[in-house]
Amino acid sequence: MDIQKFTIKSTLNSLQNKEFSCVDLIKEIFKRIRKHDGDIHAFLELTEKAAIKQAEEVDAKIERGEKLRALEGIPVAIKDVIATKGIKTTASSKILEQYIPPYDATIIKKLKDVGAIIVGKTNCDEFAHGASTENSAFGPSHNPWDLERSPGGSSGGSAAALSAGFCLASLGTDTGGSTRQPGGWCNVYGLRPTYGRISRYGLISMTSSTDTPGIFAKTAEDTALLLSIMAGQDKKDATTLGAEVHEYHEQLDLPLKGMKIGKPKEFFEDSSDEESVAVVEKSINKLKELGAKIVDVSLPHTKYGVPVYYIITPSEVSSNLGKFDGIRYGHRSPEANSLFEVYTKTRGQNFGPETKRRIMLGTYALSSGYYDAYYKKAQKVRTVITKEVEKVLNEVDLLVTPVSPHVAIKLGEKSDDPLAMYLEDVFMETSVMAGLPAISIPAGFAHDMPVGLQIMGKQLDEVRILSVAHQYEKVTNWVDKYPKL
Amino acid sequence: MPSKLTKKEVENIAKLARLELTDEEINTYSEQLSDILGYIDQLQEVDTENVEITSQVTGLSNVMREDKVDACDNASEIVGMAPENEDGLIKVKAVFSAKG
Repeated sequence: MDIQKFTIKSTLNSLQNKEFSCVDLIKEIFKRIRKHDGDIHAFLELTEKAAIKQAEEVDAKIERGEKLRALEGIPVAIKDVIATKGIKTTASSKILEQYIPPYDATIIKKLKDVGAIIVGKTNCDEFAHGASTENSAFGPSHNPWDLERSPGGSSGGSAAALSAGFCLASLGTDTGGSTRQPGGWCNVYGLRPTYGRISRYGLISMTSSTDTPGIFAKTAEDTALLLSIMAGQDKKDATTLGAEVHEYHEQLDLPLKGMKIGKPKEFFEDSSDEESVAVVEKSINKLKELGAKIVDVSLPHTKYGVPVYYIITPSEVSSNLGKFDGIRYGHRSPEANSLFEVYTKTRGQNFGPETKRRIMLGTYALSSGYYDAYYKKAQKVRTVITKEVEKVLNEVDLLVTPVSPHVAIKLGEKSDDPLAMYLEDVFMETSVMAGLPAISIPAGFAHDMPVGLQIMGKQLDEVRILSVAHQYEKVTNWVDKYPKL
Repeated sequence: MPSKLTKKEVENIAKLARLELTDEEINTYSEQLSDILGYIDQLQEVDTENVEITSQVTGLSNVMREDKVDACDNASEIVGMAPENEDGLIKVKAVFSAKG
């Protein structure tokens, strides 16, 4: 069984046609995990027993000749900031090391409703704060393409698990690039949908105004299928949108001919890794060959995305993480002698360095006397960035950019320099500021490492983004390349 | 805006944020936060005269639901998750001191 070659679509066919059983598939998955995850460290928790039991039920159903549901029997991995009922959910933080949620996130419920099998919870930066998984309290994940490198972050464990063939799809979150950047660094698709397209209920919140679930899959079609399943309004998340949910996976053939695709010059000015840029340029040329019209555009405020993000995010983080106080759940410091110390010692001893840094930065930015200079200013510049990109998207249908100025960084390369790590998000923030959907797609290789192309669209225009991804995939073979473990 | 956060300022922020920090952490954060804020200062270059702040990006406002009480059937499970609990209540240290 060569799991690396399987997609969701092919596996559903194989199961239904009895080419192999679901139990065999799930056993093979765990065999791979046992063999290779010691090196990769994609997982924090495995759910083998429940997964096998579920697989037996799927096989019984196939025996009875019943039709399988949309993800029935498909092994999926879940980022550990997403609440899973009865399965430990730590957010890669010591403060939640023993936390077992009493409920499922809406997206977990939706996956279960169509029969997906959860194989485990994946490593990430603590509370999703980071771009490399090195901020996990439980150690970093390694990139399956080169174990000395990071798989990206914060959803690095989910991207690594998929790339290594430990599952057929995985869930991440994308607050400031945390799905797209690891997707690009691991040669898998990473979709950030329009803000509010997929419910955030059950995500351990980080930056509520930009958080969204993210999807990792091996093909554009699988990505679209997952979006069709996960999208939609949720009364438990007041920011979800009521707009029609498409059958995205059945609308992947919008013609590229006549499509206007903008190429913002500010995303191509970093020439630190010319080989990566050349790969991206080549993939854009391919879109041109497919009939799209490539138009040079400009987004002069792009460079302010990171500084805006690193005010808004820490500000919201400092508020959202207030609930981890040692009172209601999670860990409580045994050394505290007063209520005040319960708070300060529990938080001081159990949050990691980056989480503390963000809480401090946010507390400062929101404090009396600095609020106008930092938070308010940042939210105004956010408006400037948003208006600028919306204006450009009135003239073109989509935007294409690199995912990252370079291939995956080496573990340890930037972990001592928080500001350098923040700048890893430089191409990620435009869509975040404006709530736009964006996807990272496999686009080739530089220095033997994967390179991603980012496609950004108008709000709720996921159909167009996924169509372009799908048609690019049909004329290239990047998705057929797998890391050798 | 301050060019460098003093130790005292960092201690005050930590207190507001309810974080107990070691002396080493206070020194590190004083430097790192100053660096980061220095970088963020470039936002001052952007002309934001007459620009509204962003408060929502998808055009929603006042999303209401019916004001109806729903049953919560796992209250004891939820209270049971507290690090210390007793008789269906969450146990905490004294909030007020005996002297009042």
